[in-house]
Amino acid sequence: MTAPTSISTSAEQTERLGAELASELAGGDVVLISGDLGAGKTTFVRGACRELGVEEPVTSPTFTIGRTYSGDQIAISHLDLYRLESLDGEDPALLDDYLGADRIAFIEWPPEGREVDALPVDGDLRTVRIEALADGNRSLVIA
Amino acid sequence: MTRLLAIETSCDDTCAAVVEDNRILSNVISSQASFHEAFGGIVPEIASRHHIELINGVVAAALGQAGVDLDDLDGIAVTRGPGLIGALLVGFTTAKSLAAAKRLPLVPVDHLQGHVAANFLEPDPLEPPFCCLIASGGHTLIAGVTGHDGYEVLGTTLDDAAGEAFDKAARLLDLGYPGGPAIQNAAEEGDPEAFDLPVSRPDSGRLDFSFSGLKTALAYLVRDLGPAESAVRRADLSASFQRAAVDQLIDRLGAAVAGGSWNAVALGGGVAANAELRKAAADLCDENGLELKLVPIELCTDNAAMIAAAAIASSRDPLPYPDYLPLDAFAEKVR
Repeated sequence: MTAPTSISTSAEQTERLGAELASELAGGDVVLISGDLGAGKTTFVRGACRELGVEEPVTSPTFTIGRTYSGDQIAISHLDLYRLESLDGEDPALLDDYLGADRIAFIEWPPEGREVDALPVDGDLRTVRIEALADGNRSLVIA
Repeated sequence: MTRLLAIETSCDDTCAAVVEDNRILSNVISSQASFHEAFGGIVPEIASRHHIELINGVVAAALGQAGVDLDDLDGIAVTRGPGLIGALLVGFTTAKSLAAAKRLPLVPVDHLQGHVAANFLEPDPLEPPFCCLIASGGHTLIAGVTGHDGYEVLGTTLDDAAGEAFDKAARLLDLGYPGGPAIQNAAEEGDPEAFDLPVSRPDSGRLDFSFSGLKTALAYLVRDLGPAESAVRRADLSASFQRAAVDQLIDRLGAAVAGGSWNAVALGGGVAANAELRKAAADLCDENGLELKLVPIELCTDNAAMIAAAAIASSRDPLPYPDYLPLDAFAEKVR
Protein backbone atom coordinates (compact mmCIF):
# COMPACT_ATOMS: atom_id res chain seq x y z
CA MET A 1 0.00 0.00 0.00
CA THR A 2 1.36 3.41 -0.94
CA ALA A 3 0.78 6.15 1.59
CA PRO A 4 -1.06 9.17 0.22
CA THR A 5 0.87 12.39 -0.32
CA SER A 6 -0.50 15.67 1.04
CA ILE A 7 0.59 19.07 -0.24
CA SER A 8 0.92 21.94 2.22
CA THR A 9 1.07 25.50 0.94
CA SER A 10 1.63 27.17 4.34
CA ALA A 11 2.89 26.66 7.88
CA GLU A 12 -0.75 26.78 9.04
CA GLN A 13 -1.64 23.94 6.70
CA THR A 14 1.36 21.91 7.90
CA GLU A 15 0.10 22.46 11.46
CA ARG A 16 -3.37 21.26 10.41
CA LEU A 17 -1.89 18.07 8.92
CA GLY A 18 -0.09 17.52 12.23
CA ALA A 19 -3.37 18.00 14.06
CA GLU A 20 -5.11 15.48 11.78
CA LEU A 21 -2.50 12.84 12.51
CA ALA A 22 -2.60 13.63 16.23
CA SER A 23 -6.32 12.89 16.36
CA GLU A 24 -5.55 9.30 15.30
CA LEU A 25 -2.83 8.71 17.93
CA ALA A 26 -2.94 6.94 21.28
CA GLY A 27 -0.54 6.32 24.16
CA GLY A 28 2.54 4.34 23.17
CA ASP A 29 2.52 5.61 19.60
CA VAL A 30 5.78 6.96 18.21
CA VAL A 31 5.89 9.30 15.20
CA LEU A 32 9.16 9.65 13.28
CA ILE A 33 9.38 12.92 11.34
CA SER A 34 12.09 13.33 8.72
CA GLY A 35 12.92 16.18 6.37
CA ASP A 36 15.68 18.69 5.70
CA LEU A 37 16.51 21.74 7.80
CA GLY A 38 13.62 24.17 7.51
CA ALA A 39 11.17 21.67 5.96
CA GLY A 40 8.62 22.20 8.73
CA LYS A 41 9.12 19.29 11.14
CA THR A 42 8.70 21.34 14.31
CA THR A 43 5.75 23.15 12.68
CA PHE A 44 4.07 19.76 12.09
CA VAL A 45 4.70 18.71 15.70
CA ARG A 46 3.39 22.07 16.94
CA GLY A 47 0.09 21.43 15.15
CA ALA A 48 -0.11 17.93 16.61
CA CYS A 49 0.60 19.22 20.12
CA ARG A 50 -2.11 21.91 19.80
CA GLU A 51 -4.61 19.21 18.80
CA LEU A 52 -3.61 17.23 21.89
CA GLY A 53 -4.25 20.25 24.11
CA VAL A 54 -0.78 21.74 24.59
CA GLU A 55 -1.10 25.50 25.04
CA GLU A 56 2.47 26.54 25.83
CA PRO A 57 4.99 27.39 23.07
CA VAL A 58 6.24 24.30 21.24
CA THR A 59 9.88 25.19 20.61
CA SER A 60 12.82 23.44 19.02
CA PRO A 61 14.09 20.62 21.24
CA THR A 62 17.48 20.55 19.50
CA PHE A 63 19.37 21.80 22.55
CA THR A 64 17.89 19.58 25.24
CA ILE A 65 17.24 16.62 22.84
CA GLY A 66 13.83 16.16 24.41
CA ARG A 67 10.97 18.27 25.72
CA THR A 68 7.86 17.02 27.43
CA TYR A 69 4.40 18.56 27.32
CA SER A 70 1.11 17.83 29.01
CA GLY A 71 -1.90 17.49 26.73
CA ASP A 72 -5.56 17.31 27.79
CA GLN A 73 -5.55 13.53 28.04
CA ILE A 74 -1.99 12.40 27.64
CA ALA A 75 1.67 13.36 28.00
CA ILE A 76 3.65 14.20 24.88
CA SER A 77 7.36 13.91 24.19
CA HIS A 78 9.04 15.96 21.50
CA LEU A 79 12.50 14.67 20.65
CA ASP A 80 15.15 15.90 18.25
CA LEU A 81 18.14 13.69 17.53
CA TYR A 82 19.78 16.27 15.23
CA ARG A 83 22.87 16.51 17.38
CA LEU A 84 23.37 12.79 17.77
CA GLU A 85 25.54 11.11 15.17
CA SER A 86 23.65 7.89 15.82
CA LEU A 87 22.06 6.03 18.69
CA ASP A 88 24.87 3.48 18.58
CA GLY A 89 27.19 4.06 21.48
CA GLU A 90 24.66 6.21 23.32
CA ASP A 91 23.45 5.34 26.76
CA PRO A 92 20.54 2.96 26.03
CA ALA A 93 18.54 4.82 28.71
CA LEU A 94 18.83 8.11 26.78
CA LEU A 95 15.28 7.90 25.40
CA ASP A 96 13.70 5.98 28.29
CA ASP A 97 12.16 9.03 29.92
CA TYR A 98 10.56 10.05 26.65
CA LEU A 99 9.05 6.85 25.26
CA GLY A 100 6.39 4.72 26.94
CA ALA A 101 2.86 3.35 26.84
CA ASP A 102 1.57 6.38 28.72
CA ARG A 103 2.69 8.98 26.19
CA ILE A 104 2.82 9.94 22.53
CA ALA A 105 6.30 10.66 21.21
CA PHE A 106 7.32 12.73 18.19
CA ILE A 107 10.93 12.26 17.04
CA GLU A 108 12.61 14.69 14.62
CA TRP A 109 15.84 13.61 12.88
CA PRO A 110 14.86 10.04 13.75
CA PRO A 111 17.16 7.04 13.71
CA GLU A 112 17.22 4.91 10.57
CA GLY A 113 17.41 1.24 9.62
CA ARG A 114 17.97 -1.26 12.35
CA GLU A 115 18.15 1.52 14.97
CA VAL A 116 14.43 2.09 14.35
CA ASP A 117 13.76 -1.57 15.16
CA ALA A 118 15.59 -1.09 18.46
CA LEU A 119 13.29 1.77 19.55
CA PRO A 120 11.03 0.76 22.43
CA VAL A 121 7.63 1.34 20.77
CA ASP A 122 4.60 0.21 22.78
CA GLY A 123 1.95 1.32 20.28
CA ASP A 124 2.04 2.07 16.56
CA LEU A 125 5.09 3.38 14.76
CA ARG A 126 4.10 6.16 12.32
CA THR A 127 6.31 8.00 9.87
CA VAL A 128 6.08 11.45 8.36
CA ARG A 129 8.34 12.52 5.52
CA ILE A 130 8.28 16.24 4.71
CA GLU A 131 9.90 17.51 1.53
CA ALA A 132 10.19 20.97 0.08
CA LEU A 133 9.02 21.23 -3.51
CA ALA A 134 10.52 23.52 -6.12
CA ASP A 135 7.53 25.88 -5.86
CA GLY A 136 8.02 26.37 -2.10
CA ASN A 137 5.14 24.10 -1.11
CA ARG A 138 5.78 21.01 1.01
CA SER A 139 4.84 17.45 0.29
CA LEU A 140 4.03 15.30 3.30
CA VAL A 141 3.89 11.52 3.18
CA ILE A 142 2.19 10.32 6.35
CA ALA A 143 2.23 6.57 6.87
CA MET B 1 32.31 37.50 53.40
CA THR B 2 31.01 34.54 51.43
CA ARG B 3 33.31 32.17 49.58
CA LEU B 4 31.74 29.53 47.32
CA LEU B 5 32.87 26.78 45.00
CA ALA B 6 30.56 26.62 41.98
CA ILE B 7 30.07 23.88 39.41
CA GLU B 8 28.38 24.26 36.00
CA THR B 9 27.89 21.39 33.53
CA SER B 10 24.67 22.27 31.72
CA CYS B 11 26.04 21.88 28.20
CA ASP B 12 29.40 21.02 26.65
CA ASP B 13 31.78 22.78 29.03
CA THR B 14 32.88 21.39 32.37
CA CYS B 15 33.24 24.43 34.64
CA ALA B 16 34.26 25.11 38.23
CA ALA B 17 35.06 28.38 39.99
CA VAL B 18 35.78 29.83 43.39
CA VAL B 19 34.24 33.24 44.05
CA GLU B 20 34.55 35.41 47.15
CA ASP B 21 31.74 37.96 47.37
CA ASN B 22 31.87 39.37 43.83
CA ARG B 23 35.55 38.68 43.25
CA ILE B 24 36.62 35.72 41.10
CA LEU B 25 39.43 33.70 42.71
CA SER B 26 39.43 31.10 39.93
CA ASN B 27 37.27 30.31 36.89
CA VAL B 28 38.18 27.06 35.13
CA ILE B 29 36.43 26.15 31.87
CA SER B 30 37.34 22.91 30.17
CA SER B 31 36.01 23.65 26.73
CA GLN B 32 35.10 20.59 24.77
CA ALA B 33 34.30 22.37 21.52
CA SER B 34 37.23 20.89 19.60
CA PHE B 35 36.03 17.45 20.53
CA HIS B 36 32.58 18.17 19.10
CA GLU B 37 33.70 19.77 15.85
CA ALA B 38 33.60 16.49 13.99
CA PHE B 39 29.90 16.11 14.79
CA GLY B 40 28.65 19.53 13.68
CA GLY B 41 27.13 20.05 17.10
CA ILE B 42 27.17 18.99 20.67
CA VAL B 43 26.83 15.28 21.18
CA PRO B 44 25.00 14.93 24.48
CA GLU B 45 25.96 11.47 25.61
CA ILE B 46 29.57 12.03 24.68
CA ALA B 47 29.39 15.35 26.51
CA SER B 48 28.17 13.77 29.73
CA ARG B 49 30.81 11.06 29.52
CA HIS B 50 33.48 13.75 29.19
CA HIS B 51 32.04 15.70 32.09
CA ILE B 52 32.54 12.59 34.21
CA GLU B 53 36.15 12.30 33.07
CA LEU B 54 36.91 16.00 33.54
CA ILE B 55 34.93 17.11 36.59
CA ASN B 56 37.38 16.04 39.31
CA GLY B 57 40.31 17.68 37.55
CA VAL B 58 38.40 20.86 36.87
CA VAL B 59 37.24 21.17 40.49
CA ALA B 60 40.77 20.48 41.76
CA ALA B 61 42.14 23.14 39.38
CA ALA B 62 39.55 25.70 40.54
CA LEU B 63 40.40 25.10 44.21
CA GLY B 64 44.15 25.05 43.48
CA GLN B 65 44.15 28.27 41.47
CA ALA B 66 42.14 29.97 44.21
CA GLY B 67 44.53 28.66 46.85
CA VAL B 68 41.76 27.19 48.96
CA ASP B 69 40.52 23.74 49.86
CA LEU B 70 37.04 22.46 50.62
CA ASP B 71 37.41 23.36 54.32
CA ASP B 72 37.79 27.04 53.40
CA LEU B 73 34.37 27.22 51.70
CA ASP B 74 31.07 28.57 52.99
CA GLY B 75 29.11 26.41 50.57
CA ILE B 76 28.80 25.02 47.06
CA ALA B 77 26.69 26.45 44.24
CA VAL B 78 25.65 24.35 41.26
CA THR B 79 23.60 24.66 38.10
CA ARG B 80 20.37 22.68 38.50
CA GLY B 81 18.95 23.41 35.03
CA PRO B 82 17.97 23.97 32.33
CA GLY B 83 20.34 22.08 30.04
CA LEU B 84 21.23 18.60 28.90
CA ILE B 85 20.01 16.28 31.62
CA GLY B 86 22.91 13.81 31.44
CA ALA B 87 25.44 16.63 31.57
CA LEU B 88 23.64 18.48 34.37
CA LEU B 89 23.49 15.37 36.51
CA VAL B 90 27.29 15.01 36.51
CA GLY B 91 27.80 18.47 37.98
CA PHE B 92 24.80 18.32 40.28
CA THR B 93 25.78 14.95 41.74
CA THR B 94 29.39 16.05 42.17
CA ALA B 95 28.30 19.21 44.00
CA LYS B 96 25.91 17.31 46.25
CA SER B 97 28.58 14.72 47.07
CA LEU B 98 31.27 17.27 47.90
CA ALA B 99 28.85 19.35 49.97
CA ALA B 100 27.55 16.33 51.84
CA ALA B 101 31.05 15.01 52.56
CA LYS B 102 31.99 18.36 54.14
CA ARG B 103 28.51 19.05 55.58
CA LEU B 104 28.44 22.27 53.57
CA PRO B 105 25.28 24.05 52.44
CA LEU B 106 24.29 23.79 48.76
CA VAL B 107 22.81 26.48 46.50
CA PRO B 108 21.03 25.13 43.39
CA VAL B 109 21.10 27.82 40.67
CA ASP B 110 19.03 28.43 37.55
CA HIS B 111 21.44 28.56 34.61
CA LEU B 112 19.82 31.67 33.11
CA GLN B 113 19.94 33.50 36.45
CA GLY B 114 23.65 32.69 36.29
CA HIS B 115 23.96 34.55 32.98
CA VAL B 116 22.18 37.53 34.56
CA ALA B 117 24.42 37.36 37.64
CA ALA B 118 27.62 37.40 35.54
CA ASN B 119 27.01 41.15 35.53
CA PHE B 120 27.29 41.31 39.35
CA LEU B 121 30.94 40.21 39.24
CA GLU B 122 34.13 42.27 39.31
CA PRO B 123 35.42 44.07 37.31
CA ASP B 124 32.78 46.83 37.12
CA PRO B 125 29.88 45.08 38.82
CA LEU B 126 26.52 46.24 37.48
CA GLU B 127 23.57 47.00 39.73
CA PRO B 128 19.90 46.65 38.69
CA PRO B 129 17.77 47.91 37.11
CA PHE B 130 19.13 46.71 33.76
CA CYS B 131 17.85 44.65 30.89
CA CYS B 132 19.86 41.69 29.75
CA LEU B 133 19.82 39.88 26.40
CA ILE B 134 20.94 36.27 26.84
CA ALA B 135 21.48 34.52 23.51
CA SER B 136 23.14 31.13 23.21
CA GLY B 137 22.77 27.74 21.56
CA GLY B 138 19.92 26.78 23.84
CA HIS B 139 18.46 30.06 25.08
CA THR B 140 17.22 33.37 23.74
CA LEU B 141 15.85 35.64 26.42
CA ILE B 142 15.42 39.29 27.28
CA ALA B 143 15.43 39.56 31.05
CA GLY B 144 14.21 42.63 32.91
CA VAL B 145 16.42 42.68 36.00
CA THR B 146 15.23 44.74 38.96
CA GLY B 147 16.83 42.79 41.82
CA HIS B 148 19.33 40.09 42.70
CA ASP B 149 16.84 37.21 42.69
CA GLY B 150 15.24 36.35 39.39
CA TYR B 151 14.11 38.52 36.51
CA GLU B 152 11.07 39.27 34.42
CA VAL B 153 10.92 37.45 31.08
CA LEU B 154 10.30 40.24 28.58
CA GLY B 155 10.68 37.90 25.61
CA THR B 156 11.92 34.48 24.65
CA THR B 157 12.14 32.39 21.50
CA LEU B 158 9.01 30.75 20.13
CA ASP B 159 11.00 28.20 18.12
CA ASP B 160 14.78 28.04 17.62
CA ALA B 161 17.37 29.69 19.87
CA ALA B 162 19.60 32.37 18.33
CA GLY B 163 22.76 30.31 18.68
CA GLU B 164 20.98 27.28 17.25
CA ALA B 165 20.09 29.40 14.22
CA PHE B 166 23.77 30.34 13.77
CA ASP B 167 24.80 26.66 14.14
CA LYS B 168 22.22 25.47 11.61
CA ALA B 169 23.04 28.30 9.19
CA ALA B 170 26.71 27.35 9.41
CA ARG B 171 25.75 23.75 8.64
CA LEU B 172 23.71 24.88 5.61
CA LEU B 173 26.70 26.93 4.41
CA ASP B 174 29.26 24.15 5.12
CA LEU B 175 31.08 26.37 7.59
CA GLY B 176 31.54 23.91 10.47
CA TYR B 177 30.92 24.16 14.19
CA PRO B 178 30.52 26.23 16.31
CA GLY B 179 28.43 28.29 13.93
CA GLY B 180 28.69 31.73 15.54
CA PRO B 181 32.39 32.42 14.97
CA ALA B 182 32.27 30.58 11.61
CA ILE B 183 29.46 32.81 10.28
CA GLN B 184 31.09 35.95 11.66
CA ASN B 185 34.43 35.14 10.01
CA ALA B 186 32.82 34.22 6.69
CA ALA B 187 30.66 37.36 6.82
CA GLU B 188 33.63 39.70 7.07
CA GLU B 189 34.16 39.74 3.29
CA GLY B 190 30.44 39.69 2.53
CA ASP B 191 27.70 42.20 1.77
CA PRO B 192 25.03 42.14 4.50
CA GLU B 193 22.47 43.54 2.01
CA ALA B 194 23.24 41.01 -0.73
CA PHE B 195 20.24 38.84 0.14
CA ASP B 196 16.99 39.95 1.69
CA LEU B 197 16.46 37.50 4.54
CA PRO B 198 13.46 37.95 6.83
CA VAL B 199 13.51 39.61 10.26
CA SER B 200 10.64 37.99 12.19
CA ARG B 201 8.45 40.00 14.53
CA PRO B 202 6.15 37.49 16.23
CA ASP B 203 2.79 38.92 17.19
CA SER B 204 2.74 37.43 20.69
CA GLY B 205 2.16 40.47 22.88
CA ARG B 206 5.68 40.11 24.25
CA LEU B 207 9.15 40.79 22.87
CA ASP B 208 9.45 37.24 21.58
CA PHE B 209 11.84 35.91 18.97
CA SER B 210 11.44 33.54 16.06
CA PHE B 211 14.45 32.22 14.14
CA SER B 212 12.82 29.28 12.41
CA GLY B 213 11.65 31.35 9.42
CA LEU B 214 15.14 32.78 8.94
CA LYS B 215 16.62 29.28 8.98
CA THR B 216 14.05 28.10 6.44
CA ALA B 217 14.60 31.12 4.19
CA LEU B 218 18.34 30.48 4.16
CA ALA B 219 17.81 26.77 3.47
CA TYR B 220 15.71 27.60 0.40
CA LEU B 221 18.04 30.31 -0.77
CA VAL B 222 20.96 27.84 -0.65
CA ARG B 223 18.89 25.23 -2.46
CA ASP B 224 17.82 27.64 -5.18
CA LEU B 225 21.36 28.94 -5.70
CA GLY B 226 22.75 25.41 -5.93
CA PRO B 227 25.94 24.10 -4.32
CA ALA B 228 28.45 25.82 -6.62
CA GLU B 229 26.90 29.29 -6.48
CA SER B 230 26.25 28.94 -2.72
CA ALA B 231 29.94 28.22 -2.18
CA VAL B 232 30.94 31.25 -4.28
CA ARG B 233 28.47 33.52 -2.45
CA ARG B 234 29.22 32.12 1.01
CA ALA B 235 30.48 35.44 2.37
CA ASP B 236 27.38 37.31 1.16
CA LEU B 237 25.08 34.57 2.46
CA SER B 238 26.82 34.63 5.86
CA ALA B 239 26.73 38.42 6.08
CA SER B 240 23.06 38.57 5.06
CA PHE B 241 22.10 35.86 7.56
CA GLN B 242 24.06 37.57 10.32
CA ARG B 243 22.42 40.92 9.54
CA ALA B 244 18.93 39.43 9.75
CA ALA B 245 19.69 37.59 13.01
CA VAL B 246 21.31 40.63 14.64
CA ASP B 247 18.55 42.95 13.37
CA GLN B 248 15.94 40.80 15.11
CA LEU B 249 17.87 40.67 18.39
CA ILE B 250 18.45 44.44 18.35
CA ASP B 251 14.85 45.21 17.31
CA ARG B 252 13.52 43.35 20.36
CA LEU B 253 16.24 44.74 22.63
CA GLY B 254 15.35 48.23 21.43
CA ALA B 255 11.71 47.67 22.33
CA ALA B 256 12.77 46.43 25.78
CA VAL B 257 14.89 49.56 26.26
CA ALA B 258 11.99 51.78 25.21
CA GLY B 259 9.50 49.92 27.39
CA GLY B 260 11.29 50.14 30.76
CA SER B 261 13.52 52.37 32.83
CA TRP B 262 16.91 50.77 32.89
CA ASN B 263 20.37 52.03 33.80
CA ALA B 264 22.13 49.72 31.41
CA VAL B 265 21.86 47.01 28.79
CA ALA B 266 23.83 43.80 29.33
CA LEU B 267 24.65 41.03 26.85
CA GLY B 268 25.22 37.40 27.83
CA GLY B 269 25.44 33.95 26.27
CA GLY B 270 27.76 32.79 23.50
CA VAL B 271 26.04 34.89 20.83
CA ALA B 272 27.06 37.98 22.85
CA ALA B 273 30.56 37.36 21.49
CA ASN B 274 29.31 38.31 18.00
CA ALA B 275 31.03 41.53 16.94
CA GLU B 276 28.11 42.82 14.84
CA LEU B 277 25.69 42.29 17.74
CA ARG B 278 28.06 44.15 20.08
CA LYS B 279 28.39 47.03 17.62
CA ALA B 280 24.62 47.30 17.13
CA ALA B 281 23.98 47.11 20.89
CA ALA B 282 26.54 49.88 21.44
CA ASP B 283 24.71 52.08 18.92
CA LEU B 284 21.39 51.33 20.58
CA CYS B 285 22.77 52.32 23.99
CA ASP B 286 24.37 55.49 22.58
CA GLU B 287 21.04 56.58 21.13
CA ASN B 288 19.31 56.00 24.47
CA GLY B 289 22.01 57.32 26.78
CA LEU B 290 22.45 53.94 28.46
CA GLU B 291 25.53 52.09 29.59
CA LEU B 292 26.33 48.94 27.58
CA LYS B 293 27.67 46.29 29.94
CA LEU B 294 29.83 43.70 28.21
CA VAL B 295 31.30 41.15 30.57
CA PRO B 296 34.53 39.46 29.43
CA ILE B 297 33.91 36.67 26.88
CA GLU B 298 34.77 33.96 29.41
CA LEU B 299 31.86 35.24 31.55
CA CYS B 300 29.50 35.44 28.52
CA THR B 301 29.81 31.80 27.59
CA ASP B 302 28.95 29.09 30.11
CA ASN B 303 31.09 29.32 33.23
CA ALA B 304 30.86 28.53 36.93
CA ALA B 305 31.81 31.98 38.27
CA MET B 306 28.42 33.31 37.19
CA ILE B 307 26.72 30.45 39.05
CA ALA B 308 28.60 31.41 42.22
CA ALA B 309 27.66 35.06 41.61
CA ALA B 310 23.97 34.17 41.38
CA ALA B 311 24.19 32.16 44.62
CA ILE B 312 26.06 34.89 46.51
CA ALA B 313 23.83 37.74 45.32
CA SER B 314 20.64 35.83 46.15
CA SER B 315 18.84 36.76 49.35
CA ARG B 316 17.56 33.20 49.69
CA ASP B 317 19.20 30.99 52.28
CA PRO B 318 21.42 28.14 51.05
CA LEU B 319 20.05 24.65 51.67
CA PRO B 320 21.70 23.15 54.77
CA TYR B 321 22.93 19.54 54.87
CA PRO B 322 21.08 17.16 54.42
CA ASP B 323 18.07 19.01 52.95
CA TYR B 324 19.48 18.97 49.42
CA LEU B 325 20.20 15.26 49.19
CA PRO B 326 16.82 14.35 47.57
CA LEU B 327 17.11 17.09 44.92
CA ASP B 328 17.65 16.29 41.24
CA ALA B 329 18.69 18.31 38.23
CA PHE B 330 16.11 19.34 35.63
CA ALA B 331 16.48 19.59 31.86
CA GLU B 332 14.00 22.46 31.60
CA LYS B 333 12.08 25.04 33.55
CA VAL B 334 13.64 25.44 36.95
CA ARG B 335 12.17 28.43 38.75
